[in-house]
Amino acid sequence: MIRFLVNRLLGMAVVLLLVCLFTYVIFFVLSPDPAVQICGKNCTPEAIDRIRANLGLDEPFRTQFWTFLTGLFAGRAYGTGANAIECAAPCLGYSFQTSQPVTDMILQRLPVSATVAVGAAVLWLLAGVAAGLLSAVKEGRFADRFIAGLTLTGMSVPNYVLALSLQFLLVVTLGWLPFPQAVPFAEDPGQWFLNFLMPWTVLSIGAAAVYTRLTRANVIETLQENYVRTARAKGLSPGLVWRRHALRPALTPIVTIFGMDFAGLLGGALITETVFGLNGVGKLAADSITKNDQPVIMGVTLLAAFLVVVGNMVVDLLYTAIDPRVRVGSAT
Amino acid sequence: MTDQRPLLRVRDLTVGFTTAAGRVEVVKRLGFDLARGGALGIVGESGSGKSMTSLAIMGLLPKGAERTGSIELDGTELTTLRERQMQAVRGDRIAMVFQDPLSSLNPYYTVGTQIAEAYRAHRTGVTRRQARKVAIEAMERVHIKDAARRVDHYPHQFSGGMRQRVMIAMTLSMEPDLIIADEPTTALDVTVQAQILDLLAEIRRDTGAGLILITHDLAVVSEVADHIVVMREGDLVEQGTAEQVFSDPRADYTRMLLDAVPRIDDEIGLLRTTATEEPR
Amino acid sequence: MTAPLLRATGLVKEFTVRGTGLLGRAARFRAVDDVSLDVHAGETLALVGESGSGKSTTARLIARLIDTTSGTIEFAGRDVHALTGKDLHAYRGDVQVVFQDPYSSLNPKHTVERIVTAPLVYQKRPIPGGARAFTRELMERVGLDPDHSGRFPAQFSGGQAQRIGIARALAVSPKLIIADEAVSALDVSVQAQVINLLRRLQDEEGFSYLFIAHDLAVVRQIAHRVAVMNAGRIVESGDRDQVFGDPQDPYTRRLLAAVPRIRPEWDAARRRNERARRTVEEAAR
Repeated sequence: MIRFLVNRLLGMAVVLLLVCLFTYVIFFVLSPDPAVQICGKNCTPEAIDRIRANLGLDEPFRTQFWTFLTGLFAGRAYGTGANAIECAAPCLGYSFQTSQPVTDMILQRLPVSATVAVGAAVLWLLAGVAAGLLSAVKEGRFADRFIAGLTLTGMSVPNYVLALSLQFLLVVTLGWLPFPQAVPFAEDPGQWFLNFLMPWTVLSIGAAAVYTRLTRANVIETLQENYVRTARAKGLSPGLVWRRHALRPALTPIVTIFGMDFAGLLGGALITETVFGLNGVGKLAADSITKNDQPVIMGVTLLAAFLVVVGNMVVDLLYTAIDPRVRVGSAT
Repeated sequence: MTDQRPLLRVRDLTVGFTTAAGRVEVVKRLGFDLARGGALGIVGESGSGKSMTSLAIMGLLPKGAERTGSIELDGTELTTLRERQMQAVRGDRIAMVFQDPLSSLNPYYTVGTQIAEAYRAHRTGVTRRQARKVAIEAMERVHIKDAARRVDHYPHQFSGGMRQRVMIAMTLSMEPDLIIADEPTTALDVTVQAQILDLLAEIRRDTGAGLILITHDLAVVSEVADHIVVMREGDLVEQGTAEQVFSDPRADYTRMLLDAVPRIDDEIGLLRTTATEEPR
Repeated sequence: MTAPLLRATGLVKEFTVRGTGLLGRAARFRAVDDVSLDVHAGETLALVGESGSGKSTTARLIARLIDTTSGTIEFAGRDVHALTGKDLHAYRGDVQVVFQDPYSSLNPKHTVERIVTAPLVYQKRPIPGGARAFTRELMERVGLDPDHSGRFPAQFSGGQAQRIGIARALAVSPKLIIADEAVSALDVSVQAQVINLLRRLQDEEGFSYLFIAHDLAVVRQIAHRVAVMNAGRIVESGDRDQVFGDPQDPYTRRLLAAVPRIRPEWDAARRRNERARRTVEEAAR
């Protein structure tokens, strides 16, 4: 078990290192010279050289990358002597636009994004699994067909269309919901909930539809398993057969997919946050892309990669806990 | 014998499905008796309806199957029981061993949990420790060594033969009157098969339970059963004592089957075959 | 004694069982461990054993479906591993395999005609007499209705589908047919028919069988010589009657003792009863 854990952690480190390397190459080597961008229009070659020296861009690539990496873990200093600016770990550099530390910019916006993402994930997991179970129980009947229609709609409507139409309907026309603002939970839980309700719904609807179908298919398939027949042959009640022998095998694959989807939420958050004007990491990324603010884009990319890798790791560990075939190797 | 009533009395058992192409009967007016403590072999090739017969007795037929006729267990008519009442019969009075032990065991639970499950379902107020004890005892009765440790292992940690022992241990916790074994050794190697057949015989001797063995293998059924039912495409072809069916078969089909079985200790020559195959 | 058609010497096949993760240590598992065997022209060598004995892996090594770890295979005096290009093509024609599950080894979307002529098409050989006539003739030889040459595998029963597999093997006039559990999945009455067919075809064509099976009673009906495998090794081999009648290896003895059997006295009584019945029937005529 410990060996398995060490293995996974090492693998994770390697993947993250590679991600760092690739993003660094893409944003600092293959992109237009950052020094020129920072310097602006009225620029002298001396000024550019000074900026390059400050950013360490005059160093060979290997040194640059190494400084960047150590910056991530131990912090780094830009410039030398009295002009040096200390950037604490995890240092992702400074925004070209606002000169703020990228780490701070992300951390400021993370709570909003996390609220949107976690809320949406909880919502789609609950709604998807519940609808899927209902669909499986009522296989072929009206409820099943009705849910099938809903999932089809949910999967085919694009996020932004849904976001805009919900906003128009519920906020502008009916006035049932406030225009979403990031109200802190501690301030007013009720308002907090109402404010985030729309972003959650929008972000979760597509995934909820997929989870509904997945749950339904898994449950129906599991009910065909021989061990379900064995359970019935033992005289267990239908409820017990369901709870013990059908549900756990049927829901296990969902855990796997959930972990990965959750990590990949950032992309969905991007659109949702933009549409509802919520100041989260997604919006930060969108803004920096339009302004070509490379350190920020890179910081967000690294965060996303980190989340995906960690998400996968968590899924692996969960899977190990759930499925004995993974946990204990076969013996005898 | 003070009680002359058979343990199981099946009459006019018919299992049918209504499909788009019309009604298909997979078991047709089947009738047989199983004496208390007796061993009945139901033998047939694929499509004979032998497995459907076992599921019909258990009340575990697939969706859409229609069952008519009478199945009496110890004088109790099973076909008119409500699902709730039938649950009380399953696992308690009739227990079943299936063909493929790996897929018939739930990979997510320890064998101990699964063995004790029937016991916990049929008795009230069973503690965890009692259930565990019952499971260990059942495992010891099917000769699984080191049962106290193995009880916490998962199905995939056992070999094929050991898994089938676990399946048999599952039937034992409630001391059933009748054990139905549907092709219990088909997925197993021949040396393991011999051990499992010995085990079934031993359990029958020790508990006095009746046995219905469902198999395609005539040699296996000849070693285990005292009564034989031969089925073909849902029909009962012939039945009688094992000696009668094997030494003086009445039906042409039985004769053909017996001629077609390759022997390990008899003459070698052209295997006699009279059956013609129909296209699907 | 003439040189054997097939001679395998010191065959070894190791599989790597990979550990999980980056540091997982790879373990090696020996599925076939120093196996040597000869198959002579026109004879049937049966390779018997339980699951995991290595019998099917051995068959695959000989068919060159997988690579050997070490050891040599000679076919008609030539080193099979050295064969390339045209010679390898010819070897693939000379050695045909019939598998256990006829449905999964026949393309469900191809007609019998296309399946049966495929080996010739792959080998770019002409089809003698045209595809239709060729297929009809082969189907007749394996006991299928030649009018069904345009049907698909799913339209046939298990035994018939296995006959299609046999017809496909016959199409290229092989010298050796490897039958890998070829009758194991069949019902007993159908199994008997296919065994009879395999024997008849050998009498007519004179090719050899490497007959892989776990069922000793079946093996006894078809084999001239028998090799018993256990845990990757051949523990005993010899003429059929010697192996079945006077087994030397303890494992062979255990295997034979475990085979379920119908009581000989019942069989004897049945034969007596049958003779009596026939006498009565004839007298009545």
